[in-house]
Amino acid sequence: MRCGDFKESYIKDEEIFQSLFVKFWLALLLIFLIILPFLADAYVLYVANLIGFAIIGAVGLNILTGFTGQISLGHAAFVGVGGYTAAVLMTQLDFSFWLALPCAGFAAAVAGLIIGIPSLRVKGLYLCIATLAAQFIFEFIFIHWESVTHGIRGINVPAPNFGGLILDTEKRFYYLTLIVVVLGVAYARNLIRSRVGRAFVAIRDRDLAAEIMGISLFRYKLTAFAISSFYAGIAGALWVSFMRIVTPDHFPFHLSIQYLAMVIVGGLGSILGSIFGAIFMILTPEVLNTLSSALSKMIPGLGQLFIPMKEVVFGALIVFFLIFEPLGLAEIWRRIKAFFLLWPFSY
Amino acid sequence: MDILLQIIVTGIATGGVYGLIALGFVLIFKATGILNLATGAFMTLGAFVCLTVLSKFGAPFWIAFLCTLAFAFVLGIVIERIILRPLIGEPIISVIMVTIGLSSILQGLTHIIWSPEYRSFPEIFPPEPLDLGFAVVPSGLLWGFIFAAVGTIVFILIFKLTRTGVAMRATASDQQAALSMGISVRWIFALSWSYGALAAVIGGIVIGNISGISIYLGDIGLKVLAVIILGGLDSIGGAILGGLIIGVLENLAGIYLDPLFGGGVKDVAPFFILVLIIMIRPYGLFGKKIIERV
Repeated sequence: MRCGDFKESYIKDEEIFQSLFVKFWLALLLIFLIILPFLADAYVLYVANLIGFAIIGAVGLNILTGFTGQISLGHAAFVGVGGYTAAVLMTQLDFSFWLALPCAGFAAAVAGLIIGIPSLRVKGLYLCIATLAAQFIFEFIFIHWESVTHGIRGINVPAPNFGGLILDTEKRFYYLTLIVVVLGVAYARNLIRSRVGRAFVAIRDRDLAAEIMGISLFRYKLTAFAISSFYAGIAGALWVSFMRIVTPDHFPFHLSIQYLAMVIVGGLGSILGSIFGAIFMILTPEVLNTLSSALSKMIPGLGQLFIPMKEVVFGALIVFFLIFEPLGLAEIWRRIKAFFLLWPFSY
Repeated sequence: MDILLQIIVTGIATGGVYGLIALGFVLIFKATGILNLATGAFMTLGAFVCLTVLSKFGAPFWIAFLCTLAFAFVLGIVIERIILRPLIGEPIISVIMVTIGLSSILQGLTHIIWSPEYRSFPEIFPPEPLDLGFAVVPSGLLWGFIFAAVGTIVFILIFKLTRTGVAMRATASDQQAALSMGISVRWIFALSWSYGALAAVIGGIVIGNISGISIYLGDIGLKVLAVIILGGLDSIGGAILGGLIIGVLENLAGIYLDPLFGGGVKDVAPFFILVLIIMIRPYGLFGKKIIERV
């Protein structure tokens, strides 16, 4: 049971690191994350990198969907714009990775602004369909703007170079991913307790009321789209530099759904939730993969069932969480914490 | 000129099928306010069920067709009961995502039960194309169009004439009033899902007939979104007219714009049209103008 924890001002209540206890465990987590590469093998680090990219994208989508209430079925398109921008800048214009990364973010943000324009006229279902259409239009552009994107053959991307050290292994790339994730999460966490973040939440809860209180819907909705796409662009740029190749297949409609699933399974309107969601949705297929390869020794033919099984489990997870735990993993986490906070007087 | 006429005729035939699939969306949306993004998965599932009854049990086509319809009917009711009912009154993102999740489950199951390879439908219709004099309609498209037209007319008659149809329309226009008139809104919801699934599987069978069956057959379902947005989300007439318009536009774009962009325009054209409609006239041609402007 926690005692002596009183908040005397609003500022105290809004603090990110609320107590010494939290600071201690976060510091421990950070240390663990820093030494992880020395403990784990390449496969674990590969998955860790994927989780990192997913976290960046999911946090971005949560800012748009969870906090501002604008549903986007086209997040993968922004990831794609980021990925392609980075790839094209690095290969055709000889930019260094460190310059291409922010450029990718900004290019995606511009794309987000364009896609965000319908949100000024329509909302809910219609916005959802508009973003879905955007997804397919961007896919078309990736495939058919041959002179820039090289169509379905894709572009080979060089690995980032950090002062002579080439980040071409999982282990080296991991630190880059870790730094970007920490920065991204910290920025998002701060954003939502700022003036802008509160405006987002007000728009989500009731856009008319928000407008009456003097929040410019035009400005803040587009801001949300831009920030969210910026995150997506960064995630895309990191991803293609990690994979060393970019093709249109990397950004299918399914990826957009996957990001939405992360946000929903993790918890809408919770930064912590997006992190949980990203970890969960990346780990589940990997665990299934391991399971099925272990089982396929006993039951032959199971290996072919792996891909459709993944799809079934993916869908079932979405349906299950929506019906039984609409607030997502963040809510489960909160309940667990509450249990220990109140223990042994849980009533 | 001949080519243009030919494209338009082909477009109309395709559009008829789109209209039927669009009906699958509209029937569900009208009564329950849910956009069923799993329609594509319904189509695939229906086509496979029909094919299995045809080839495994050697049944004649009409029996296989009726079996598929019965299957779709039950499927619709079960899905509504298990998955959609707990979500009544939830925010729109939950409802949309649950249909996407459902779609993923159904697609995965289809993939597990029937392997993913492409297969063609046994020939059930006479293969001769119809020669209209100025244009030729391929057999598959012709029969698809006939099926779609008959299906659409039957649905409209059910909606206009039967007791259930009246109850469905009443529910669509005012749930409270419908409840107070003794209509079981729950049953109507379940029934709308069945009808939606029925329209979708007929669409699936028709498409399977035209272009063969694979687990990706349902991808057309998303293209049909353009049709329902153009026609208005809750308008049956709009779905049909929208289907025809999109069918023709898509084929025109496919022929005249493909050389400019290096192919693939046909598949993406509906989405460009979709964005345009949403920007200009979001409630479509005949939809109720309840959409809130921001």
